[in-house]
Amino acid sequence: MKKTFAILLTVAWLFPAGSVWAGNLVIKGSTTVLPIAQKIVEAYMKDNPDVKISLSGGGSGDGIKAIIDGTTDIANSSRFIKDKEVALAVEKGAYPVPFAVAYDCIVPVVHSSNTVQNLTLTQLKDIYMGKIRNWKDLGGPSWPIVVISRDTSSGTYEVWESLVMKKERVFPAALLQASSGAIVQAVSKNKNAVGYIGIGYLDASIKAVAVNGIEGSAKTTLDGTFPISRPLFMFTRGWPEKDASSFINYVLNPEKGQLLVKEAGFVPLY
Amino acid sequence: MNNNFRKIQDRILKHFFFFTALTSTAVLFVIAFFLFKEGIPIFEKVSIQDFILGKYWYPTSEPPDFGILALIVASLSVTLLSAAIAIPLGVMTAIYLAEIASYRLREIVKPVVELLAALPSVVIGFFGMVVVAPFLQNAFNLATGLNLFNAALMLAFMSIPTICSISEDAIYSVPHSLREASLALGATHLETIIRVILPASISGISTAVILGMSRAIGETMVVLMVAGGAAMIPLSIFDPVRPLPASIAAEMAEAPFRGDHYFALFATGIVLFLFTLLFNLIADHVAHKYKQVGEASL
Repeated sequence: MKKTFAILLTVAWLFPAGSVWAGNLVIKGSTTVLPIAQKIVEAYMKDNPDVKISLSGGGSGDGIKAIIDGTTDIANSSRFIKDKEVALAVEKGAYPVPFAVAYDCIVPVVHSSNTVQNLTLTQLKDIYMGKIRNWKDLGGPSWPIVVISRDTSSGTYEVWESLVMKKERVFPAALLQASSGAIVQAVSKNKNAVGYIGIGYLDASIKAVAVNGIEGSAKTTLDGTFPISRPLFMFTRGWPEKDASSFINYVLNPEKGQLLVKEAGFVPLY
Repeated sequence: MNNNFRKIQDRILKHFFFFTALTSTAVLFVIAFFLFKEGIPIFEKVSIQDFILGKYWYPTSEPPDFGILALIVASLSVTLLSAAIAIPLGVMTAIYLAEIASYRLREIVKPVVELLAALPSVVIGFFGMVVVAPFLQNAFNLATGLNLFNAALMLAFMSIPTICSISEDAIYSVPHSLREASLALGATHLETIIRVILPASISGISTAVILGMSRAIGETMVVLMVAGGAAMIPLSIFDPVRPLPASIAAEMAEAPFRGDHYFALFATGIVLFLFTLLFNLIADHVAHKYKQVGEASL
């Protein structure tokens, strides 16, 4: 992701008089990981008021580049580091260390009265390319299919594009909603609709569809069987030390960071 | 001494008000300058012609397509359809209020119509999404209720207060002597309204209509929520569409800062700005050209 829009979460902390110089931590990278990082950074700074963290987006590529250049302490990334980037890092004497911090799981959803239970990846791709236009071709009722997609700059769309569409384009007649919440709202109000959302947004008003016969859940995401899922990473420059180490520990803590991962709508590690 | 003090006071006040007036003008120019500065760079990647007339909007594909024809058609069709709904309703309400309704009824109904303008657009959008969309879908047996017609209907609700309120002022300010002359010549009330009152107030009504439409074309939240958002050229009024402001609002938040997508969204903003500017210039022109003169002046 080459997203450079920065939500700067620099918190100007007013130190009480006489306090010692506090730690500084710079985090940047993937906008997909950003909502997780935001929640954790807020909680972390509440627990550790003497650490200043500046958090920004910018995309996975920019984050990893910043790790290689040494301009950030932690890089958020929605993909693993590429061979080219590893080579570049070695050349510059950096050793990026990956930490899987959460899983992203995108489930296709339909109206609760739709009888379709399962779709293959190919069928989903054909629906989103506009090749299949009626639910009866998929073993459902004879209703037209109303395809709902996300805005092209969202992380959810990016997962869908790479894992389902596989370089093909979503056809222009697809409806657009600007958030997972809006998709839930739109699908629950329209029996013809199909959409896709992060698993954290799933509720009783809509129905999740299995993909290739596998139900989307935390379990199938973690064992790697659910096809529309991926791990999300935080990279450090070398093995993390001091504040970076304490922050990564906080993120991986099942009682702290991982609870917030779930709250942000993602699948926690445990 | 006293005289001198008053002179200084005058001068200070004069400058104060000059700078106040300058502020709003300066803000407009700064925003316009910024809009063009951030939008122009996209035309190094695509020609203006391909941008305006391109049929496909895939800003994040490899290679990307930056064509906003479908978005422009969507904005214009939604605005025209909403005008077709709002103009008759707004103008006829205005005629009723100014000419036919009793004084007491007028004093009650006019504030209520104007209160419609106080409804936040997100509330109207939510109403369209949750109430109107399922209704339209069932009533007309459509694939989706989030479409051009729904958006036009919601925008009509938003422009009716503007159209009605300004038209009513224009009609009300037509001098009594004109009315009385017409009636004295034996014209009926209806003939007087159609042949005398409306022509006398046409400049005010036109201004009202154009300002109402200008509000509709720039409205973002409603079209983002109820227009459906399909970036294609609509073939019927029940097709989903994606007007220009909806595209900007949905994509700007995560477009890479100063990337091609970002520039393209600003360029879309320029197109939208030019549309509203055009509407306002037309309104200004009409107001001057058909200015009510003599006794009928506003």
